[in-house]
Amino acid sequence: MSAPTNRMPVNPAAVLAGTLADKTEKGGFTPPPASPARRRARRRNFYSALLFLSPWILGFLIFTLWPILYSAYLSLTDYDVINAPTFTGFDNYVELVQDPKIALALGNTIFYTVIQVPLHIGVALALALLLSRIGQSSGFFRTVFFLPNMTPPVAVGVLFLLVFNGQNGFVNLVLGWFGVNGPAWTTDPNWVKPGLILMSLWQVGASVVILLAALQSVPKELYESARLDGAGFWRQTRSVTVPLISPALFFLVIINTIAGFNNFTEAYTAFFGSGNSTYSNDAALFYVIYLFQQGFEFLHMGYASAMAWLLFLIVLLVTAVQMIVSRRLVFYEGGSQ
Amino acid sequence: MAKNPVRWSALGIVAVLTLASCATGSSTTTDDNVSYDPDASLSGDLSIMGFGAGDEVATARLDRTKEILGADVKVSLIEGDLDIQQFLSAVAAGDPPELVYADRAQIGSFAARGAIISLDKCISGEKIDTEQYRVPAIDQVTFNDSIYGIPEFNQIQVTMANTSLLDAAGLTIDDVNGSDWSAMGVANQKLAVNSGGVAVIGVDPKLPEFLPLWAAGNGGALLSSDGKTAQLADPEVVKALEFGVGLYEAQGGFAAVKAFRDSADFFGAGNQFATNTLGAMPMEQWYINVLNDVSPDATISFDTVRDTQGKPMAFAGGSAWAIPAGSDNPAAACRFAATMTEVDAWLAAAEARIAIRAEEGKPFTGILTGNEVADDKVRSLVESTGSAQWDSAIEAMYEANDNTFSLPPNPADAEFTTIWQDAVNRVLNGQDTAQSALEDANVKAQEALDKAWADIEGKG
Repeated sequence: MSAPTNRMPVNPAAVLAGTLADKTEKGGFTPPPASPARRRARRRNFYSALLFLSPWILGFLIFTLWPILYSAYLSLTDYDVINAPTFTGFDNYVELVQDPKIALALGNTIFYTVIQVPLHIGVALALALLLSRIGQSSGFFRTVFFLPNMTPPVAVGVLFLLVFNGQNGFVNLVLGWFGVNGPAWTTDPNWVKPGLILMSLWQVGASVVILLAALQSVPKELYESARLDGAGFWRQTRSVTVPLISPALFFLVIINTIAGFNNFTEAYTAFFGSGNSTYSNDAALFYVIYLFQQGFEFLHMGYASAMAWLLFLIVLLVTAVQMIVSRRLVFYEGGSQ
Repeated sequence: MAKNPVRWSALGIVAVLTLASCATGSSTTTDDNVSYDPDASLSGDLSIMGFGAGDEVATARLDRTKEILGADVKVSLIEGDLDIQQFLSAVAAGDPPELVYADRAQIGSFAARGAIISLDKCISGEKIDTEQYRVPAIDQVTFNDSIYGIPEFNQIQVTMANTSLLDAAGLTIDDVNGSDWSAMGVANQKLAVNSGGVAVIGVDPKLPEFLPLWAAGNGGALLSSDGKTAQLADPEVVKALEFGVGLYEAQGGFAAVKAFRDSADFFGAGNQFATNTLGAMPMEQWYINVLNDVSPDATISFDTVRDTQGKPMAFAGGSAWAIPAGSDNPAAACRFAATMTEVDAWLAAAEARIAIRAEEGKPFTGILTGNEVADDKVRSLVESTGSAQWDSAIEAMYEANDNTFSLPPNPADAEFTTIWQDAVNRVLNGQDTAQSALEDANVKAQEALDKAWADIEGKG
């Protein structure tokens, strides 16, 4: 195998034909001046590319970039959705620091994310390892494990109240078979978050599919070599499987951490929805739920925008730390990050 | 040559951002130039947000109103509960629906933000007799001395109790209707069964949502009548919360009671009364129809909820029609709201419901319209069900309807409600005492009210 090189191999014939004119600086050539006809052709190509890209570009500008920029502006205003925003400087950010519910909601969110992400990935990895060993029927089970991902999150929230009901819920029924008196998952503040974390495992199927694909790409010869060296299942998993699927694991850590910080629908449906069967609970007040309340229930859209930017910065910071840590822990076969 | 495309791209971005910035506007449209005349013939589009023709009461009134408005008014419904964000965004963008159907509790917030217009001109022009409407209903839609909504329906509460369980415990409905709190506490203990878990709920005071009811029963109110002063820490309110929480604690705590309540088949034949798993509770009047439909043979006693002086009372809520700022057809919107809530519309609705109930072999239990004259006329159509039990339910419902109160409108309604409900939940969860939680909530609620009222005054 030849060593990788940064230098572009140059085909002299192509250079002579002028097709690599814009790349020759890397190869140490001085590009010959482009002819007017070639410049016109290149411009036509540019416009054509722009035309084909324009739906996406417009969509990005209007529906992504503009809201991002505008929310940054709104975070510096007092805005009630209907009247024009009033510029208030950094008042919203000062209020963020003073608002005890921000600390409460952030604490709940961090607790949820710190517990849920490793648990989610651990369960997904365990299931993927099992599926990778059952041969032909793995396709069936893969489908079965993925099916819960089709359940709308609102339905999962309602399901949570039923399955985890402290009195007659299925979970406590099962615990009862083993002589365990299950807690009031949905009404005891100490058990609300653990209950929601367990319920989130309902949708572990997508991660299982990703890890299963990664597992199937691990060369079988490595396991054979490991076995010959006397490595058992756990040793093979630790020394072969996990390093080789570490990019997939890292990907899951990143997306599940972001999803954890944005946790909303299930908890909102279960504890903050309308009707007499639910009631709000400090233990389930996740950051995005509080953001939603401020923006869309209390109509403090400026404050909600400041909250959104704070969350963005926190997620950015956490992701940056994860990226730095990943340099030491994630193994890429090609040797490149 | 690449500079030109870059320049054009930059220009495009600026143009897009500039255009997008137009999405935020503010509507200051009023109905100054609109003439409301009951004899005028109307035309144009009339889109209505938040109203669905889901049952015969809605359909009968809607059909009649469309006929009266005439074919030149094209009515279209944006069905489903009112989406506040969708509505306010539409108003801000200058493209609101012509009419909106909202919860009466939202009217103060909408009026404060200028999202809806005063209906004073509409009422005088269309000659709407506001004297006919129930006073608490009108109070709920009156903001800064102007009426901003035409109210309809009244949602009230009555006491419902399991007669078999009462009899077995030697109790009567008077022991659980709120008129004597110490008797109610005793009844709660007699009715409740907890054997390693809640098996029968004694009295369910339905907290946190019914705290305003219990506070009123004790002579208190959560908010001053002008909607400006939070009164959450008043002794009457604190005592009401302590009483309600005490009822739960005597049964094993709120967490256990709520878990048991949530496991019940609330809308089915296995409901708490049919399965003898609930002694008594205050509940909205619509549940009478549910019980009558799914468990007509369950033995249930009904009475109004009563204050500690023994007087009947209920906490009223309901819906209202309002005209958004910037509505393109306020004249038609006003006529529509007036026609939908007039006495003959309710009579048409009652007749439609009577016909359907007769087909199903079920009794007509009346409709609470929010219009006092219509209530009387509709009630005259209610016949005896042939069952003293269900007749007493109707009797209690109408008696409660004559003795209602409501929370005054205020510009921070949603925030105020969340604050006091959060405080109640903290007490129910054992995280705080009633006194401390309500004192804390009172400070926050007052801050929210002060800020919201100051914003209004700032906007003139």
